[in-house]
Amino acid sequence: MIAALAFYVFAAILLVSAGMVVSARNPVHSVLFLILAFFNAAALFLLAGAEFLAMILVIVYVGAVAVLFLFVVMMLDINFAQLREGFQRYLPVGATIGVVLLAELVVVLGGWRFAPEATSLRFAPTQAGLHNTAQLGRLIYTDYILLFQASGLILLVAMIGAIVLTLRDKGASRRQSIARQVARGPADTLVMVDVRSGAGVGEIGILRPLVDEPEPAGDAHAGHDHAGHGHGGHH
Amino acid sequence: MPMRGMIMPGTAMGGTTDMLAVGLFHYLFVGALLLVLGIFGIFLNRKNVIVILMSIELILLAVNINLVAFSAALGDLVGQVMAMFVLTVAAAEAAIGLAIVVIYFRNRGSIEVEDVTLMKG
Repeated sequence: MIAALAFYVFAAILLVSAGMVVSARNPVHSVLFLILAFFNAAALFLLAGAEFLAMILVIVYVGAVAVLFLFVVMMLDINFAQLREGFQRYLPVGATIGVVLLAELVVVLGGWRFAPEATSLRFAPTQAGLHNTAQLGRLIYTDYILLFQASGLILLVAMIGAIVLTLRDKGASRRQSIARQVARGPADTLVMVDVRSGAGVGEIGILRPLVDEPEPAGDAHAGHDHAGHGHGGHH
Repeated sequence: MPMRGMIMPGTAMGGTTDMLAVGLFHYLFVGALLLVLGIFGIFLNRKNVIVILMSIELILLAVNINLVAFSAALGDLVGQVMAMFVLTVAAAEAAIGLAIVVIYFRNRGSIEVEDVTLMKG
């Protein structure tokens, strides 16, 4: 009965922390309670025998998603007190909808049972003698390889999308201009100079490139110091 | 996986292999409560997009709890495979959603949902 007791403890903490996520005054506290909720859900998964999913939940959610939330909450300078206006106003309608939904779900759960042939309709019955991770691995690399690859594709698209969305080009970076590079001829860059023997570069003066490089739009002063970086050395 | 020592005979689903320490309905009830809390959170924090995203995470967690509970109760691993894909989609959704929040804040200086009217004709 230890497992049943553990289930009730973890479920209670999970539900309480989920309630704190939605009702906490400070969003940082919300994120921290979200982490607590994920940990307890992972414990529930462990009790159900889904060890691999429990570890994935801890690694992916606590390690990545919750930290991402924490990062965004702390990065944005937001007046959170202002965001909580209307909290009282939305409380009745939210509570009403929640109670109605919960009542409906309880009604559904109360009158529901497995079909008699449910056991024979299983796609991948659990095998004795193999641990959870090995069984899941055999499934996702064989029967569900397409879904597995599709989820990888989803993650790739999400990564590229997040980068494209948040990448901000201040104009300070120097871009390669292929058209300018192709249009450059030897006459633009090379000058023949007769250097008297024994005279240094100081006597001739450093030749600047004939065509000025366009400066980056942002900070023109910072870019000026190394303008003509690769061009000035041809004597 | 060897059956655990503390298997309660199936409460309302006779004949199925029950790997849960408590009845399936306990898991389903926890999942239902978690889903309701997530939806409640969306209504409650109607202005704060970040808390709304967290509520969506809670809803998807409830879905995962249901999938895992059914998977364990039926002894069918497909539920856990599906839960893994739900997890993937939830992670991608969180990343994209937070990126949108960040650029919205950068442009408008606020994350109030009611301010999002730029695309309203």
